Amino acid sequence: MSTDTILSFEEAMEKYDPVLGFEVHVELNTKTKMFSSAPNVFGDEPNTNVNEVDLGMPGVLPVVNKTAIESSIKIGLALNCKIAEYCRFSRKQYFYPDTPKNFQTSQYDEPIAYDGYLDVELEDGTVFRVEIERAHMEEDAGKLTHMGGATGRIQGADFSLVDYNRAGVPLVEIVTKPIEGAGSRAPELAKAYVAAVREIVKNLGVSDAKMERGNVRCDANVSLRPHGRERFGIRSETKNVNSLRAVEHAVRYEIQRHAAVLDSGEPVIQETRHWHEDTRTTTSGRAKSDADDYRYFPEPDLVPVVASREWVEELRATLPEPPAERRKRLKADWGYSDLEFRDVVNAGVLDEIEETIAAGATASVARKWWMGEIVGRAKAADVDPGQLGVQPATIVELSKMVEAGKINNKMASQVLDGVLAGEGTPEEIVEKRGLAVVSDDGALLEAIDAALAAQPDVAEKIRGGKVQAIGAIVGGVMKATRGQADAGRVRELILEKLGVTA
Amino acid sequence: MSEQNTTAEGLIRLSAADLAEKLRAGEVTAVEVTQAHLDRIAAVDGGERGVNAYLHVNAEEALAVAAEVDAIRAAGGAEAEALHYLAGVPIAVKDLIVTVGQPTTAGSKILEGWHSPYDATVVERLRAARMPILGKTNLDEFAMGSSTEHSAYGPTRNPWDLDRIPGGSGGGSAAAVAAFEAPLALGTDTGGSIRQPGAVTGTVGVKPTYGSVSRYGAIAMASSLDQIGPVTRTVLDSALLHQVIGGHDPRDSTSLPEPLADLVAAAKTGNVEGLRIGIIKELHGEGYQAGVENRFNESLQLLKEAGAEIVEVSCPNFQYALGAYYLIMPSEASSNLAKFDGVRYGLRVLPEEGPMTIERVMGATRAAGFGDEVKRRIILGTYALSAGYYDAYYGSAQKVRTLVQRDFEAAFAKADVLISPTAPTTAFRLGEKLDDPLAMYLNDVATIPANLAGVPGLSLPGGLADEDGLPVGIQLLAPAREDARLYRVGAVLESLLEAKWGGPLLAQAPDLAAAQALEAQEAK
Amino acid sequence: MAAINRDDVAHLARLAHIEMSAQELDRMAGELAVIVDSVKSVSEAAGDDVPATSHPIPLTNVFREDVVGHTFSAEQALSGAPDSDDNRFKVPAILDEA
Repeated sequence: MSTDTILSFEEAMEKYDPVLGFEVHVELNTKTKMFSSAPNVFGDEPNTNVNEVDLGMPGVLPVVNKTAIESSIKIGLALNCKIAEYCRFSRKQYFYPDTPKNFQTSQYDEPIAYDGYLDVELEDGTVFRVEIERAHMEEDAGKLTHMGGATGRIQGADFSLVDYNRAGVPLVEIVTKPIEGAGSRAPELAKAYVAAVREIVKNLGVSDAKMERGNVRCDANVSLRPHGRERFGIRSETKNVNSLRAVEHAVRYEIQRHAAVLDSGEPVIQETRHWHEDTRTTTSGRAKSDADDYRYFPEPDLVPVVASREWVEELRATLPEPPAERRKRLKADWGYSDLEFRDVVNAGVLDEIEETIAAGATASVARKWWMGEIVGRAKAADVDPGQLGVQPATIVELSKMVEAGKINNKMASQVLDGVLAGEGTPEEIVEKRGLAVVSDDGALLEAIDAALAAQPDVAEKIRGGKVQAIGAIVGGVMKATRGQADAGRVRELILEKLGVTA
Repeated sequence: MSEQNTTAEGLIRLSAADLAEKLRAGEVTAVEVTQAHLDRIAAVDGGERGVNAYLHVNAEEALAVAAEVDAIRAAGGAEAEALHYLAGVPIAVKDLIVTVGQPTTAGSKILEGWHSPYDATVVERLRAARMPILGKTNLDEFAMGSSTEHSAYGPTRNPWDLDRIPGGSGGGSAAAVAAFEAPLALGTDTGGSIRQPGAVTGTVGVKPTYGSVSRYGAIAMASSLDQIGPVTRTVLDSALLHQVIGGHDPRDSTSLPEPLADLVAAAKTGNVEGLRIGIIKELHGEGYQAGVENRFNESLQLLKEAGAEIVEVSCPNFQYALGAYYLIMPSEASSNLAKFDGVRYGLRVLPEEGPMTIERVMGATRAAGFGDEVKRRIILGTYALSAGYYDAYYGSAQKVRTLVQRDFEAAFAKADVLISPTAPTTAFRLGEKLDDPLAMYLNDVATIPANLAGVPGLSLPGGLADEDGLPVGIQLLAPAREDARLYRVGAVLESLLEAKWGGPLLAQAPDLAAAQALEAQEAK
Repeated sequence: MAAINRDDVAHLARLAHIEMSAQELDRMAGELAVIVDSVKSVSEAAGDDVPATSHPIPLTNVFREDVVGHTFSAEQALSGAPDSDDNRFKVPAILDEA
């Protein structure tokens, strides 16, 4: 695998100043493709979501999907961009078997949206403004599967198989201006930026925004320069970094690698790097060469797009509440403290908590479950909390069972484990695992009698009005019932037995 | 109509309009008409000295469609009433236009044996009109040429003289119609590929306004220049066919949104009185064969006598049109032809030596699958679009396009219709210009401006050149979306000329079957 | 305008993915030089103030509604393929590592 030497991140930061840039590709969730009426569906049988246009058959012509244009304008507006009054598609020409026409229909020098910005909030609440250069429309390529090699990678493959189902899926590529001044927070900013873009497109409803499915894909550009120098260093472009954690790791790794290269006195090579999640390293792709003469020219088979101001304003009026404003509102609605709310945001469970509250939980219960139970489990499993598959209804059901005294919190946590292990519904798991709280008063009274008899002095104190001493008796009962008793009910019964009113 | 017209020999010489009338009147059946053309194809198209207009003949399907028409007509009632006017009139289709059920090659080895899984829009419309498709006609490979000599399947011969070219790229369609192997054909015109073959074979060819006919399913050479159009023996037949294939198509983004004008009515107008007809100063005279010039002047005289006002207009930027065309066309073609790579369809050739990578396979496939002219244009287009040259070449050519459009605008302010010879010369000999691409390109000098500007053009027979006895074409040009004017003026000029000749020009063509038989005998 | 030489043609042929023999490169370079020379007047014809025309007839905003249309079966999609496997198009290795 990688044999690159790297510097420690701290040392790299001491010596160099990182400059970042991102190209985030967002797959739109239109019903059909960008230029053909074939369905835009993930995961179907190979080469079935295609027609003659997607296969680049002789004689075919493209026609633009109106919804894709509207989605692109919405993305532009949400990124505070200007919307071009007039723009065209171009042909980006290169031969590759996943590209059916051997050119990609893409916007080149006339993007539909340009000159915007996105305010990105870091974990400690610092807001960092990322300038957006452009957001342009293009089409996705097909999927290549490399066969015959040991690794399933392109290296060592004997042959490849092509599925064009994804060919022609509408993409919006969001390109930042060079991001300066992030310093040692560059990796964190990288993750936060991509998370913010993902949040925006999901919030707009224009993309399914599932990174694990490639709905949002990030190419990360990194370059270093000595502190104090204005001119940028030579950059590398790490392709297809497809999870938030990977974005952070890839930027960190590239900073460390560049620093080592610069330290050695060698020039950084301007090249494409491939990210490897397993080793958390990058390897060299191909260097930029004369093969990158894309020979762009305006797509003659498509006519220009003219976005009238009326149309743009109509679309603006349909935009949902921006995520940052939504966060403000939710924080107030839920009554969380600054710290509580920031923890929730940083843990990435805002949507989940909102859904859980919508399903019937209180704000504090929802937070307790997600932050107290689920986030920890997700960390252990090395996945995003939302990916664990916990349903809001499950949490509501569990919290109701606790409130009803059917199970206690400790048991509820065990039931959740059971749900995640696929053992069934909470109810079924309580039954199967025999977790129900002992609420048979007869059995409890026996245990209470035994506990009172074992500690007569305490019993006397309680009778004398020192109700706070009751804990020792309750503890004895809980011990005797191996924790399966409802502590509240035990307390009531003890007081009743001793003729004391609390 | 004489009785002779219902014999096979007579049927093939009828215009599509006359055939349609006879079919409606029940004087002949569609099967008889179709079979007569199939017999003619069998008689004159094949063999060493055959016309070679067809790359593929589709007898079974054509006869089946004809039989359907006959059955519907025999049954009578609403369905018979609803039959299209041209139902049962057979047609030939240029092999650049995709068709389900028969091969489409584009005249190239790279598509040999390929069957399209979908029909071009124009083919769907022919099928809807129940017009039997006789077969697919020969062309210069991917429509790149002016002589049909660049076909990978051998050249087509000109029915007027079998040693001469039938024009190109649509030499097959023009020759099929001129040789009575079809009453109608479809062509495509990127720089003159319908009109120039029409001129040199004594037939009528129309390049409609860009967007008047859907390009969906026409294998693209230069997307911003290509247009499908009719190839016929009369102006009225072209109007009839244009009406079948034209009109908006949602699958072609450049298709005009408005409905077609009544082109058939325009062809039947019957007068040109008061119309201003503009002679384009730059498109005649120097560089034009004397016999071409004479026939051109004769047509002007006839129009003038019929009451048209003849004016002279100047289009100074037309001098750059040929150069701009030979930058824009190869640029777009280099891109449009990138898809032929041996991955999804068509030919795949493995490199003879060295590593077996997909890059190499693509390179070997395209090396073996494309002919020299196609390679030349792909390389030229790649050059014109490449980094550092785009502005000087492609960018400048697009600006010339603006200038050419402005010239047309100014000219159409002074004239309703413009007129010129269609081609500078009559048909040249096979092989004569094959090794001189530039000389070949000059054939298109009068037809190219219309493609650059998107305006419609029609070529009709203007008589025979005195020096060689070969057909001369007269080109009419109208403003964009005013195709109707071409049919109006074209039909009037056609009738004036035919009155002068005492019948259609093609009646003066040599008896092809006899010529072939004689040659065969001499060869023995 | 720069003259077009054999190396230029070799580079263009690589971009265009057409393998050419040395002989072909020489011939093509000669022919292209003549053609390029003949079109060079184009670059001097129009001034900076002349806009470029990419489409002969000026239409704008031609869109398709986002409604699913026809699709091919995998069998239809692959019907013309030179090689296929497992309902996918089969191509030789992409990288040369021999």
